[in-house]
Amino acid sequence: MAKSFLSIERLTQQFPDGQGGTLTVFENASFGIEKGEFVCILGHSGCGKSTIMNILAGLAEPTSGVVKMDGFEVSGPSLDRGVVFQNYSLLPWLSALKNVTFGVRARYPDWSKSKVEDHAREYLAMVGLDGDVVHRKPSQLSGGMRQRVSIARAFANHPKLLLLDEPFGALDALTRGTIQDELLKIWSGTEQTVFMITHDIDEAILLADRILLMTNGPFARVAESVEITIPRPRNRTEIIEHPNYYAIRNHLVQFLGTRSKELAGKKSDEADNRPETVRIDKTATAPAEADPEPAARLRAVND
Amino acid sequence: MLDNLSVNQRAALLSVVMLVVGLLFWETAIPAQKAAAELTEYERLTGGGAPKAGVPPPSQVIAKAWEQLSNPFYDAGPNDKGIGIQIGYSIYRVLTGYILAAMVAIPLGFLIGMSQVAYKAFNPFIQVLRPISPLAWMPLALFVIQDSEASAIFVIFICSIWPMLLNTAFGVAGVREDWVNVARTHELGSFRTAFTVILPAAAPTIITGMRISIGIAWLVIVAAEMLVGGTGIGYYVWNEWNNLDLTSVIFSILMIGVVGMLLDAAFGVLQRAVAYAE
Repeated sequence: MAKSFLSIERLTQQFPDGQGGTLTVFENASFGIEKGEFVCILGHSGCGKSTIMNILAGLAEPTSGVVKMDGFEVSGPSLDRGVVFQNYSLLPWLSALKNVTFGVRARYPDWSKSKVEDHAREYLAMVGLDGDVVHRKPSQLSGGMRQRVSIARAFANHPKLLLLDEPFGALDALTRGTIQDELLKIWSGTEQTVFMITHDIDEAILLADRILLMTNGPFARVAESVEITIPRPRNRTEIIEHPNYYAIRNHLVQFLGTRSKELAGKKSDEADNRPETVRIDKTATAPAEADPEPAARLRAVND
Repeated sequence: MLDNLSVNQRAALLSVVMLVVGLLFWETAIPAQKAAAELTEYERLTGGGAPKAGVPPPSQVIAKAWEQLSNPFYDAGPNDKGIGIQIGYSIYRVLTGYILAAMVAIPLGFLIGMSQVAYKAFNPFIQVLRPISPLAWMPLALFVIQDSEASAIFVIFICSIWPMLLNTAFGVAGVREDWVNVARTHELGSFRTAFTVILPAAAPTIITGMRISIGIAWLVIVAAEMLVGGTGIGYYVWNEWNNLDLTSVIFSILMIGVVGMLLDAAFGVLQRAVAYAE
């Protein structure tokens, strides 16, 4: 397999279980992400998604295994890997603008003050924040606006990899939709590589090129990598008309509903737990037939 | 009529009423000195005609305050200095001891707040030293330092260090992990993290500690100056007691209160400046 832009190799995370033993959250997880790709990871709580995210961000150390980005091993946090946290993580004593310039200044220390500010304003404008709003403190902003600031801060830094940890988890459904659209808009303009955790299947289908599915923990693993065969640009009202939409959605629901449990808790015997690639495409003609039917594949996995 | 006033106006009105009633009550409660002519011969022979020391009525205190405050900085020898000079000495001692304490307590508090090991190592010492009445240090300070002025400053130092130290440590230890992670993902060095993230995040707690400290320092300076003597508002109170000039004693007590209030208010302003809402 060709080396991916981001490659996660045999990542294992164990924690002490409080009774002298160890609890293996996931074991030998391996997968790759290509440059410019938007990848979502779906799985139930406790399967270790956030742990994987923290390891990719460099905020946590895996028990074993390596993460390589651009061929270099990742160790510790870096400006090359931007993070948008679920709880926004804005500094409450700084205004929205200052929160963004805080990041830009760290990224480009030799830029002049006005250049830093212009750059920050440009990215705030991209998420729909301009005018006097940018001088407000986070406590004076709504949850959606705070998350916009957080997204602007991450994109303004041009990280090589952008990590989104359930960025819309705390937002109401309508705000969530608007910000998803904004995220898509900025993302398509920047060719940013994105890795995102989510609980929301529809959100994942709308945003992602590929969805990684995790089984339940302990001994969770990244079981499948589902390609989203819906062409871009996508629009939330149009994609549901696409023939692949419900096929993919049903596959995901089925995985999360039943198979994630069935596959859980099994200690793997394979050394390298690469996810199986699943491609569901009802529009394609010749190549699709070469692919096994999803149903047939499911049986194979269950055996 | 009262319905038209705001809450603040009503409160101010009530304060004024309480003040006037209190002063009137005080004024009338003080028995007038008997004139010499009204005394019996026996009373005159036993010195009853000399003015008796007594709690002065507020009118006398106000007259004294007017006299003192209209010329606060006169200096007529060691035992006769204006109230401004005395308060100036006290403030100088408090601020010197306090700033020295802040210079030790805030960096040390940062260390203790950031490191579990440092916290556990320092904690027993802090717990033993903290409850010691600052004046208990005075004899030792006088002997070791051999200078009453510096000893008073030392006492201020030792009493104001604890609230600042503990609050700084508490504030720093309580900085949200998320904000530290923001600093980490932005590759800030430990110095810049301390100044741009941890310090502003912990500032409200630190300032609260500093505010408690300045209050304690101002309480302690009066007692310390009564002991070391020479100058200062504490010495002034004691000196006027020795002179049996209760008018001056009451006046200086009020001045201690006013200065204490101003110091606290200054920190209140500072506290509002660094406060943030999450």
